[in-house]
Amino acid sequence: MGWTRKILRVNLTEGTCKAEDLNMTWAKDYLGSRGLATKYLVEEMDPKVDPLSPENKLIMATGPLTGTMASTGGRYTVVTKGPLTGAIACSNSGGYFGAEMKFAGWDMIIFEGRSEKPVYLMLENDRAELKDASHLWGTSTWHTEEQIKKDNQDPQIRVSSIGKAGENQVLFSCVVNDLHRAAGRSGVGAVMGSKNLKAVALRGTKGVSGIEDFTEFAKVTKEKKAILAENAVTGQGLPTYGTQVLMNVINEMGALPTRNHKSVQFEDANAISAEAMAKPRESDGKAQLVTNAACFGCTIACGRISKIDKEHFTVVNKPQYWGASGGLEYEAAWALGAANGVNDLDALQYANLICNEQGMDPISFGATIGAVMEMYENGTLDEAAIGVKAPFGSAAALCELVDMTANGVGFGVEIGLGSKRLCEKYGQPELSMSVKGQEFPAYDARGIQGMGLTYATSNRGACHLRSYTVASEVLGIPVKTDPLTTDGKPELVMAFQDATAAFDSSGLCIFTSFAWSLADIQPQIDAACEGEWSLEKLSQVGERIWNMEKMFNLEAGLTKDDDRLPKRLTTEPAEMGPAKGLVSGVPEMLPKYYEIRGWDTEGHPKAETKARLGL
Amino acid sequence: MTKPMATLKLFASLSQYLPATAVDNRLDITVESDTTIAAIIERFNLPEKLVHLVLVNGVYIDPSDRAQRVLQPGEVLAIWPPVAGG
Repeated sequence: MGWTRKILRVNLTEGTCKAEDLNMTWAKDYLGSRGLATKYLVEEMDPKVDPLSPENKLIMATGPLTGTMASTGGRYTVVTKGPLTGAIACSNSGGYFGAEMKFAGWDMIIFEGRSEKPVYLMLENDRAELKDASHLWGTSTWHTEEQIKKDNQDPQIRVSSIGKAGENQVLFSCVVNDLHRAAGRSGVGAVMGSKNLKAVALRGTKGVSGIEDFTEFAKVTKEKKAILAENAVTGQGLPTYGTQVLMNVINEMGALPTRNHKSVQFEDANAISAEAMAKPRESDGKAQLVTNAACFGCTIACGRISKIDKEHFTVVNKPQYWGASGGLEYEAAWALGAANGVNDLDALQYANLICNEQGMDPISFGATIGAVMEMYENGTLDEAAIGVKAPFGSAAALCELVDMTANGVGFGVEIGLGSKRLCEKYGQPELSMSVKGQEFPAYDARGIQGMGLTYATSNRGACHLRSYTVASEVLGIPVKTDPLTTDGKPELVMAFQDATAAFDSSGLCIFTSFAWSLADIQPQIDAACEGEWSLEKLSQVGERIWNMEKMFNLEAGLTKDDDRLPKRLTTEPAEMGPAKGLVSGVPEMLPKYYEIRGWDTEGHPKAETKARLGL
Repeated sequence: MTKPMATLKLFASLSQYLPATAVDNRLDITVESDTTIAAIIERFNLPEKLVHLVLVNGVYIDPSDRAQRVLQPGEVLAIWPPVAGG
């Protein structure tokens, strides 16, 4: 059956934990994880609530394939209303936490209300208990995980927690599990912090049972793993080079946002690339990259594990940062590096470690630093205001500011607001490179036109993971399209959005889509879950989820104005590279996108669209 | 007379096919009026299955065009094995 059919409802105000049956009618329409958790949120909560109030709910959810033998089946999702955006927040993470939730016998956990004092949830199979977290409050995600394992005398507990950033309600704080995997975007960590919920600790020994047709499931998952192994990208490219190999690709294409999107190429891109990570450093003769790593059940293993030179200025006399740890991945390396003009690879990894340790999204943090540095250079901010000299390219400023933001010190408090609020405060709103208040990831909308529309229409604010058209526009997966044209991009973006919503709701990793299509996950879901799961049904589930998220945002008060890019991208042409002379074509693509979505000219789903999707 | 030059960039595992004189994954190479991309791939003994993503001045070159597309002096040819990210 895929699902355990059980959810845990935790009322933090009352201090209660209650088991409930999963709504199977909803499960058959929304599958699991992203889709099903959002359905619960939509049904139970007013979209207008203050994201940091007790009225907001936070849901951690697995998909029907989480914890199974399907490749990459280790994903879980954190769904809530996002404080950074005021929109639906849906952040997906790997590691081992999601599978452990399934092994403990739960499809999802719904957190409501607010605890009077810091607590964490200890969930061991059927036994749920809210425990005092006073001794964990004010400590990092790394310490929290270690201490919970010690307190409960069980090193096999899996922990998802917030660091000081989440406690301080940094608006781009995240939820970190397994030390360096994160539900990273939209500020889901701040919601946990607002509830005085420090961590969720899981121990499950039940395994996964009830697969609908186990013989077929074993057969089909084996076949699909072979496709991943034989595919050049998922079988060799991603495990060997990781996502970081894109740094030079995107730079060569003239689509690497540089210095707060002032430029589209970074002259030192190679110095912060996958190639640089694998090359012995001049300082100590060792490469930053130590090895690759995999999440639960993953047969791709794209993760990077690295070490900083012990003599690097960031970690001298800080032995706690000398060990091997997660990163750098492409998005973080870009946001901490090219977005700020910083070319010091070990400085980027240091900033990345602090983001993991204290629970911050490195994309939004790094991109916000880009805005700070631009305001420093144009004279809006000075050293007295920031606390450090902060010109573009300053590794020292980057590392000082990551400490200040993570610890809620000085100007770090303002950085923790994110670039939109920060730039508005200093009278320069146009310098925030964001949509719906969430900062862009690592692709310039002028050089990869589909990504502009992806950012503008993403329900959780600017994001690459809602419709990764880079696969088509750059890598030719599944077919090559021209990154410089807007032709066909509304259709491409919509197809990617709907397919991604289905992938995310299954409990599998979207990176499988470099080798698999929906037609490859469909038989895995069909074998695991009760009922008929055709390709057509799965496609419609994806479309239904997308429209449901959109309707949540509209009811929350977002409008067509929130589907726009910053003026820089639509009025300032790229000055170099293949996109030279081009601006983003989002204004011309958006009406067509609304039309093919079955939405009116204001971006509202039409009655017939809602009826067709059962919304 | 100085021969016309272009730039070759090889990334990821293809970088091992560059000579030791290459710096930061790039090498200046000579080109004639009829030097195609396929000819350069052959000159550097790049395995066909590792020649996946080919860009000239950042613009994608379809595999079917590699044998006809002449690399002009001053152009930058960049090649990757199968890669992805996100």
